[in-house]
Amino acid sequence: MIVAERKPFEVIKKSVEGYRHLLVVGCGTCVAVCMAGGEKEVGILASELRIAARINGAEVDVRELTLERVCEKEFVALLEEQIYLVDAVLCLACGIGVQLVAEMFPTVPVYPAVNTKFLGVPDEQGVWSERCAACGDCVLDKTGGICPIARCSKSLLNGPCGGSMNGRCEIDPEVPCGWQLIYDRLKALGKLAQLEEFIPPKDWSTARDGGPRKIVREDMRL
Amino acid sequence: MMAGHNEFNPRIVAFVCFQSACRAADLAADMGISYPDVECIRVPCSGKVDILYILKAFENGADGVMVVGCQEGNCKDISGNVRARKRVEYARRLLEEVGLERERLKMYHLAANRGVEWAEVVTEMFTTVKLLGPSAVRKQGEGVRT
Repeated sequence: MIVAERKPFEVIKKSVEGYRHLLVVGCGTCVAVCMAGGEKEVGILASELRIAARINGAEVDVRELTLERVCEKEFVALLEEQIYLVDAVLCLACGIGVQLVAEMFPTVPVYPAVNTKFLGVPDEQGVWSERCAACGDCVLDKTGGICPIARCSKSLLNGPCGGSMNGRCEIDPEVPCGWQLIYDRLKALGKLAQLEEFIPPKDWSTARDGGPRKIVREDMRL
Repeated sequence: MMAGHNEFNPRIVAFVCFQSACRAADLAADMGISYPDVECIRVPCSGKVDILYILKAFENGADGVMVVGCQEGNCKDISGNVRARKRVEYARRLLEEVGLERERLKMYHLAANRGVEWAEVVTEMFTTVKLLGPSAVRKQGEGVRT
């Protein structure tokens, strides 16, 4: 899932300074699961904004609305009933959601209330970590199901490097060495010989280096 | 102390665990112990108290909020009181962010047979909030539900 983290309140408050009618939009999918921008977080942010406004003697009307998914047009279209009643939208969805709202309602200012961090998993309640870098050309078949792009700090394809110490990465002893994880997994699978195969340099044009990406499935188009 | 503060009667909301604090409050009443007036909201466990409940209380004009759960290690729901404490700590940071004093929110741990202590913690909270004065939300006096 997409993992996000709410921006500091001061930053959010400053971004919507001067607006009297606000709509706080949440997303019920990824950001709800990572507790950054679901219905509950929408309620908390809206309440904080109301309290701060009253303390500052400002009159601000804060509406709340959480959509099932802010990354799909069919759901974002549901904003139409309320969006033209406000001066600005504060969006707690990921960067995709913020952009789609702005794209579909170009005359309404939309501000992000979270920082979109990475594609990852919840390790435990309250802890999330990165798993996928969306490089566009998956190599997990070669590395025992552990991504060297996302989990090796240097994104090495033929690791580990000399900075791997006791299974930890030299950038931070808290960070497991991605290539140690790959070694351990392949060993458990009885496929250590796979490490003898050289992985050739990656074609990064499938990743961000190739510019904005797009997929067209003619068979699926209406 | 300012003269205005002497007249100020803090509005305190207490989220009380049904298993412990709620019974301690009943016990204090049965024992005839007097303590300042608080608005008690009974919850099945202090772990039920959400950050949003706390913010809503302040939004609606509370001068202080207390969350009162079981003693540590003695929660009927195993760790609800520990979770409540973490949430209260987080909510205190939120209060500061929006411009309210963190002392307006406090977590207490109390057993069901502690009627005297119930009166003490309520008095402590009442005194703290009285010294702080009315909540800045209430001072503006607009849109605050009573």
